[in-house]
Amino acid sequence: MQTTAATLVDQLSALLGHDRVLAAAEDVAVYAYDGTPVLRQNPACVVFPITTEEVAACVKIAAANQTPIVTRGSGTGLSGGSVPLVGSMVLCLARMNRVLEVDPRNLTIDVEAGVVTATVEETAARYGLFYPPDPGSRKISTIGGNVAENSGGLRGLKYGVTRDYVMGLEAVLATGEVVWLGNKCVKDVAGYNLRDLFIGSEGTLGIVTRVLLKLLPLPQARQTMLASFTSIEAAGETVSDIIAAKIIPCTLEFLDQQTLRCVEQFAHVGLPTEAAAILIMETDGHPAVVAEESAAMAKIAARRGAIEVRTAADAADAERLLTARRSAFSALARVRPTTILEDVTVPRSELAGMVGFIAATAAKYRLSIGTFGHMGDGNLHPTFLADERDEDEMHRVEQALSEIVDRTLAVGGTITGEHGVGLAKKPYLRQQLGDHSYQLLKLVKRALDPHGLLNPGKIFDCLQE
Amino acid sequence: MPEPNLLKSLDYSVLQQCMHCGMCLPTCPTYDATKFERSSPRGRIRLMREIADDRLQVSPAFAEEMSYCLGCLACQTACPAGVDYATLFENARAEVERSGVASTPPRRLIRWITMSVLFRRPRLLRLFGRLLWLYQRLGVQRAVRTLGVPRLLPKRLERLESMAPTVRAPFSNQRIQPQELPAGGEPRYKVALLTGCVQDLLYANINRATADVLLANGCQVFTPPVQYCCGSLHAHNGELELARDLARRNLDMFPVAELDAIITNAGGCGSHLKKFAHLLGDDPAYRERAARWDAKVFDIHEWLVRIGIRPPQNLVRPPAAGSPQTIAYDASCHLLHGQRVARQPLEVLRLIPSATLVPLAESDWCCGAAGVYTLTQPEQSAKLLARKLDHIAASGATILATGNPGCLLQLETAMRNDPRLAQVRVCHPVELLADAYAAENP
Repeated sequence: MQTTAATLVDQLSALLGHDRVLAAAEDVAVYAYDGTPVLRQNPACVVFPITTEEVAACVKIAAANQTPIVTRGSGTGLSGGSVPLVGSMVLCLARMNRVLEVDPRNLTIDVEAGVVTATVEETAARYGLFYPPDPGSRKISTIGGNVAENSGGLRGLKYGVTRDYVMGLEAVLATGEVVWLGNKCVKDVAGYNLRDLFIGSEGTLGIVTRVLLKLLPLPQARQTMLASFTSIEAAGETVSDIIAAKIIPCTLEFLDQQTLRCVEQFAHVGLPTEAAAILIMETDGHPAVVAEESAAMAKIAARRGAIEVRTAADAADAERLLTARRSAFSALARVRPTTILEDVTVPRSELAGMVGFIAATAAKYRLSIGTFGHMGDGNLHPTFLADERDEDEMHRVEQALSEIVDRTLAVGGTITGEHGVGLAKKPYLRQQLGDHSYQLLKLVKRALDPHGLLNPGKIFDCLQE
Repeated sequence: MPEPNLLKSLDYSVLQQCMHCGMCLPTCPTYDATKFERSSPRGRIRLMREIADDRLQVSPAFAEEMSYCLGCLACQTACPAGVDYATLFENARAEVERSGVASTPPRRLIRWITMSVLFRRPRLLRLFGRLLWLYQRLGVQRAVRTLGVPRLLPKRLERLESMAPTVRAPFSNQRIQPQELPAGGEPRYKVALLTGCVQDLLYANINRATADVLLANGCQVFTPPVQYCCGSLHAHNGELELARDLARRNLDMFPVAELDAIITNAGGCGSHLKKFAHLLGDDPAYRERAARWDAKVFDIHEWLVRIGIRPPQNLVRPPAAGSPQTIAYDASCHLLHGQRVARQPLEVLRLIPSATLVPLAESDWCCGAAGVYTLTQPEQSAKLLARKLDHIAASGATILATGNPGCLLQLETAMRNDPRLAQVRVCHPVELLADAYAAENP
């Protein structure tokens, strides 16, 4: 083991130079985690390639040393997708961060995997263009990580998720071969849609090194509103009514009292801390449509008993509200040391029932919980507030989680809407997929990565069974 | 019995508070520079936790990382989970000193002279300042430099000599009376003015301006002629015990109960001065007094806005012809991130007649001064400074205002040598305000 690690590091250092291969105790300890609470495992080493060729060469060296590869961007994932495996090589793409091309004639942007999501959005905006997917960690998450996890965000309701914007990608396979999948064409049915196979594959099928993204025209107008309610149900019914009224706002975010209080403590944006729940609603597009839709949404909220509907004064005010919402998960960590985040998603017709079930389950197991989420998408983030050193409490969290998963699946939902399976949701995947499609996943994995080199043990255990 | 490891004896929940979400990463200047996780706030906290959990030892690599951290606290502003990075960082640096992994004889000597001797004995520090002033004033410095003497010195001393700031006598005690009353009528408030150490030697004029501004706003000002260092230098550099000693001396010196406020005009000092209760949390004799003190310490901008600052009356004489004056404000990190005093300096500056405020890109980003960072990490400090100067140049401002002596010194020195910025005035916001009040009665 010791000699293998030494050889591996020597070979990698010969390729990249000593300053781009880290193996000291202080260096590997800080790559033991991503944004997922509790999970921790030191890798054998961390490498920082800056070209696709270097990535391919690193993969070949790792393959020759039978070293598992864990690809990582900024390490903000929430399912443990980039948490290292024992003896693994972490392939960090944070330095492959060039924007290669913006093509306003075809509405595309071509970027390396390590480009930060917010940079994509800001670069596009300089051309009057729009990259909608906006995961909570957009200021630091990388586009490669977004593609690997098929990240969502606050605008999923109207604009969809990362997958809906990927027109092409470059990937390094387990063999070290490089493939380019996709192009700038709006239509393309040549062969299997292999590009989509890699999106959301969590680094288990290949290493995404470059992405060609679709852009939209920047919406002309935008209106953001904050509605507060005396009950969670009223907020939920407001969402249902908005959808039923055939309005598709770009954002319909929900925060319960526990969550909004934590967020307010951090962000000081004037959230109504006495409200039982709030909705942050945003519509964008043509000014006339925006005016009409925001008036209609305010009316629906009022009819459902909203205490107050506040309209953001200007773009900066709106941005403050949305930024505050993006901090929800981390802000909940103010209450207890360990935050266990869920990502259950249900058909929207089942939302109100699900929200109630979550609250009842937390009460049943005497657990503190904060719930927030993309209500317009049916995507909820119930977050248990616990202490990992309290074994009894952690056991109760597990029991509650398991019941929430059962209920989610019973109503036709999914265990993860946007965070990925990784390690955190792995125990529940089989239950959701049923035997055949679960086996199909493994068949695909074995075809592309027969030796289990790429992020093995994430999503499912590949080699046993 | 060996002393306990400071990181192990810390309340573990402070370490646990970090849930490594990564929201701090884009705000950290050292992570931005290296893209290495260990140079990020969450990486550093993880290293501290590894030490607290006995999985890592305090090593030279750990010491270097703690030294490489600016301590700018931008991560604290960015952290939704409310991690108290300042406390973690101070204890980590103290643990580095306690363990001795970074200790060398010259380093020990420099630390002893500065932190144990000069910055603990205010009279001695002023004497040192006076000697430096004479050295610079009497042409000795020029002669020494012309003769090339500094080149004969060891590299580090040569750098120190070249960087020695210009001392500006007279010092605060010769500019400000121990007690000054506002003109006309009963004073509205009784406040004490902290004159600082670096501030006193280099920017006593700012202390005078602060007193003037307080008087103009109806405050009676008490300014003890000899004051102790607040200890922030010590706390930020791993000498928590010396910092505690200085905190006690300050608490002994000021009649806290009789004062409405204790005013500081240095962002770095203020950030530390407001945390005496935390620092002396284990000292039953001082704990409560420290809490009362903390509640009364205000940054000058914060205090002025709190009591309802009196806007200076417009100039009696019309503003001078020529291009209008524009002010760019660069936030002191410890004022902004440490004390969370963000809007008040801008509110003060907006009241300055005859000058308008212009935006400064990355005004919430460290200028590289960061206490003694210029000396301990010259390379990274220079990079941050260059980035800051580019932004100042791009702002087109004719005045650059900032509220901390370390930042003032760093920026002023560099701007004098930058052809783009040589004509830009560098000052503390209270100087502009004091000028404006003075111009009311020509």
